[in-house]
Amino acid sequence: MADSDELFSGLYQAVLSGDEDGAARLATRALDSGHSALETIERALIPGIREAGDLWEEGEYFLPELVTAAQAMKAAMAVLQPVLGAEAKSLSLGRVVIATVEGDIHDIGKSLVATMLSANGFEVIDEGAGVPVSRLIERAREVDADLVCASALLTTTMPRQRELVNAVRSAGLRAKVMVGGAPVTRGWAEQIGADGHADNALSAVNVARTLVGHRAAG
Amino acid sequence: MEGLRPKLEMFTGEEADRVIDHALGVLSKVGFLVENGDAKALLREAGIEEKGARFHPPEAAVRQALGTVPARVCLFDRDGALAADLGGDRVHFDPGSAAIHILDPGTKRRRPPVTRDLCHLAWVTQACKNIAAQSTALVPSDVPESFGDRFRLHVALLNSKKPIVTGTFGTDAFDVMKRMLVAVRGSEKALTERPLAVFDCCPTAPLTWSELTCQALVDCARSAIPAELVSMPMGGATAPVTLREMVVQHCAESLSGVLIHQLACPGAPLIWGGSPAAFDMRHGTTPMGAIETMMVDLGNAQVGKRLGLPTHAYMGMSDAKVLDWQNGMESGIGAILAALSGINMISGPGMLDFETTQSLEKLVLDDQVCGMALRLSRGISLDSAGEAVELIRELTVLGNFLGHRHTRASFRREQFLPSRLVDRATHDDWEASGGADARDRAEGEVRGILARGNPAPPADDLGRDLDELIRAEARRLGIEALPEV
Repeated sequence: MADSDELFSGLYQAVLSGDEDGAARLATRALDSGHSALETIERALIPGIREAGDLWEEGEYFLPELVTAAQAMKAAMAVLQPVLGAEAKSLSLGRVVIATVEGDIHDIGKSLVATMLSANGFEVIDEGAGVPVSRLIERAREVDADLVCASALLTTTMPRQRELVNAVRSAGLRAKVMVGGAPVTRGWAEQIGADGHADNALSAVNVARTLVGHRAAG
Repeated sequence: MEGLRPKLEMFTGEEADRVIDHALGVLSKVGFLVENGDAKALLREAGIEEKGARFHPPEAAVRQALGTVPARVCLFDRDGALAADLGGDRVHFDPGSAAIHILDPGTKRRRPPVTRDLCHLAWVTQACKNIAAQSTALVPSDVPESFGDRFRLHVALLNSKKPIVTGTFGTDAFDVMKRMLVAVRGSEKALTERPLAVFDCCPTAPLTWSELTCQALVDCARSAIPAELVSMPMGGATAPVTLREMVVQHCAESLSGVLIHQLACPGAPLIWGGSPAAFDMRHGTTPMGAIETMMVDLGNAQVGKRLGLPTHAYMGMSDAKVLDWQNGMESGIGAILAALSGINMISGPGMLDFETTQSLEKLVLDDQVCGMALRLSRGISLDSAGEAVELIRELTVLGNFLGHRHTRASFRREQFLPSRLVDRATHDDWEASGGADARDRAEGEVRGILARGNPAPPADDLGRDLDELIRAEARRLGIEALPEV
């Protein structure tokens, strides 16, 4: 018992300190010692990523710490995912297609949101930057997405977000649309009829949870 | 490995030497006045020529005194931990002192400070991460002025751990103030080894040492308690208006202090400081936010460095009456310039209105200015120089560096991470958090600090010892009741 406590607390710390190699190694060790993937996720990974988020909210953690924690979580998940089997479906909060809109090559904010969504239990399909609306629609249909997220960093590319909202509706997709990016305000999101908007990567997670019908964290 | 430390200088080395030569000439030819008996006796004993009421030291005597001043003064907090290492180009800040008013956040007007405000000042200083030392920066109006100097030190010792920049209002204060410091350390020897307080000693321009400040200078030297020379020439009023000649006079006044101090005890710790002012030719005021005031400060500090001494200046403060644009502008410029000059102790945070008014809200805001100034003074690090090409190659593969281990390992050292007082939020976040301006945020910050109470109460027995000392002193002076500390 004490051994498993130590193991899970080490994995929790590896997530918190953004140690990808350590997280993957300890996840392997957890499986080798007979713990289930689900137990490992629930006892170490989720508390770790949640603590990183809390520390960020409190102003103690900064973006590099948040992102590396998410990456460490991802590295551990890569070890656990193959053995999750049937449990995997129950763990996924939803399927998200995300991209920066066409004409806009800004990638950081979008990647940050993708990383945080993925670390918090969403299945994320990241299409990259400069992506046309038509491709987003195609991919959302293909994977039966719960959520489509579009980032725009330029006032000149923001209208692509409106086109996306309209295209999702006219294609009859069930996916919700979330928009973000430095110049994007709540007012703009409402004006174009988007379902959600978030100002930072952590609130994006909460908004996404709400949009796909899960209670927001914390 | 640190790279080039950014450095601002007012003189070439040769020009600084000529300033020192002229200051030595002023001392030998013009001389200085001393009102204090102890100092006069020391000067006479050393055979310094006396013409009328003035002493005229020859260059050799002053050079000899300079030769025995330590190049470094370390200050230790109440627990004995190193808090400030004054020497070289190492930069530290302490709140500007001493104010006779406090800016009331409720009325936005000044009022006389009381003991409670002194406690609060110490609490806020303790919370300021970028401020190394506290100062007895308010003159409390609820105790008799003749008792205020020792009482301020008492309050400071009970309410913050940080070392203290202080001073005396009367020649009888030093003894009990020293006993308080010894009470903290346990013995005189321990206090000498780990100085806890610095005493400001201010000559009067032009070239005069009054009874009071001269006594403090001699007392400090004899007790090996660091003294800080704070000459205050006013350009165009009590000193020449030309900046270079202000620095010459400033230097001469400080050198006379070095001479007296080192005659009292060769090798005693001393800090080369100052608070000059470019006299305002319309209002007859002494603006601390004037760029010429700062230029003389920088010139004087450079001269002090040339002489191999730890340095100090009153900079990073403002003459504004409220927390407005002028306040931020003058405080920011002063702190940055002082840091760029490598001044070891910069007294200024919190101070407004020609060094007359302290503001706790300004103090927490200035702490952020100090953080930026300290960051600037560290310059650009060369730590990653060997990895530059490889790092940028990895960047082209990864797309961004937010999740790179190099970022996580380095960003806290590379960037000064401001508190929430500095607004860098998105517009929506800013609006969602109430759309407050810096002053509003500072008021909230101070309220939070004060609500948490004394952050550094002393151990019971120390508190009791200090209490006994101050009560005995109050009785000696016929003061019956003391405000609660």
